[in-house]
Amino acid sequence: MVATHHYLFLAAALFTIGVIGVLTRRNIMIVLMSIELMMNAVNINLIAFSNHLQQVNGQIFAIFVITVAAAEAAVGLGIVIAMFKNKETMNINEIDLMKW
Amino acid sequence: MLELALFYIFGTIAVVSAILVITQHNVVHSAIFLAGTLLSVAGIFLALNAEFLAGVQVIVYVGGILVLFVFVIMLIAVERSTFERQFNRQWKIALITSAILIGELVYVVYQGRDTFVLAEPAVPLVQGAAGNSQQVGMGLYTTYLLPFEIASILLLVAIVGAVVLAKKKTQTE
Repeated sequence: MVATHHYLFLAAALFTIGVIGVLTRRNIMIVLMSIELMMNAVNINLIAFSNHLQQVNGQIFAIFVITVAAAEAAVGLGIVIAMFKNKETMNINEIDLMKW
Repeated sequence: MLELALFYIFGTIAVVSAILVITQHNVVHSAIFLAGTLLSVAGIFLALNAEFLAGVQVIVYVGGILVLFVFVIMLIAVERSTFERQFNRQWKIALITSAILIGELVYVVYQGRDTFVLAEPAVPLVQGAAGNSQQVGMGLYTTYLLPFEIASILLLVAIVGAVVLAKKKTQTE
């Protein structure tokens, strides 16, 4: 029997790794992957509490989070492709067209 | 005991490959380690008695989203980005901020750990439902029917948006 806060610590670790990835990497693909990592951490939290409270609601919310993650990946990768057509780069520091 | 072993095995794999995702130079290696993280998170879901979600995790994340990532990497990956500097100039500030974030999270969860005594099994959402998949399905199609429909519209919008963003400009435009 693993206590629920073990899962919360694991989710906190994964979420923080995702935040570090978003803030420090320059490659846009890895930034998107870090966002997926953060969504997974949220899912672990939801399902840990679903198990903790013996209710299935948390799992249903996790399904919605997965839906949003899929939509986000599709649109995000569409934006990456459109951007790559205009500027041949994957480096987010070079994408500063709207920077004043 | 088995749950503890599962938790530590899958948790270690998840965290180690997550760290490798954000430190690799080659994007394809990052994608492969991301698959490792997602699969071990599916294992964590199994340890938490969420069998349906574990299946969804493997099929949708690893089989869908990650394959999409690999497709796009194959389409646009530039060789020179592997040899460039990988981290931007604000990485020190970013690490300090993240350290504060994890400090806060760990502090809050650690302070509240005594409240995590296992609750009495509440009234199940679906009376008399047998398995986990059946429970999730019944909940999804009764109590959460409206969010379910909105989620399908969200997916439709995402499909159309992705096609519009990625398609070639025609002559008439």
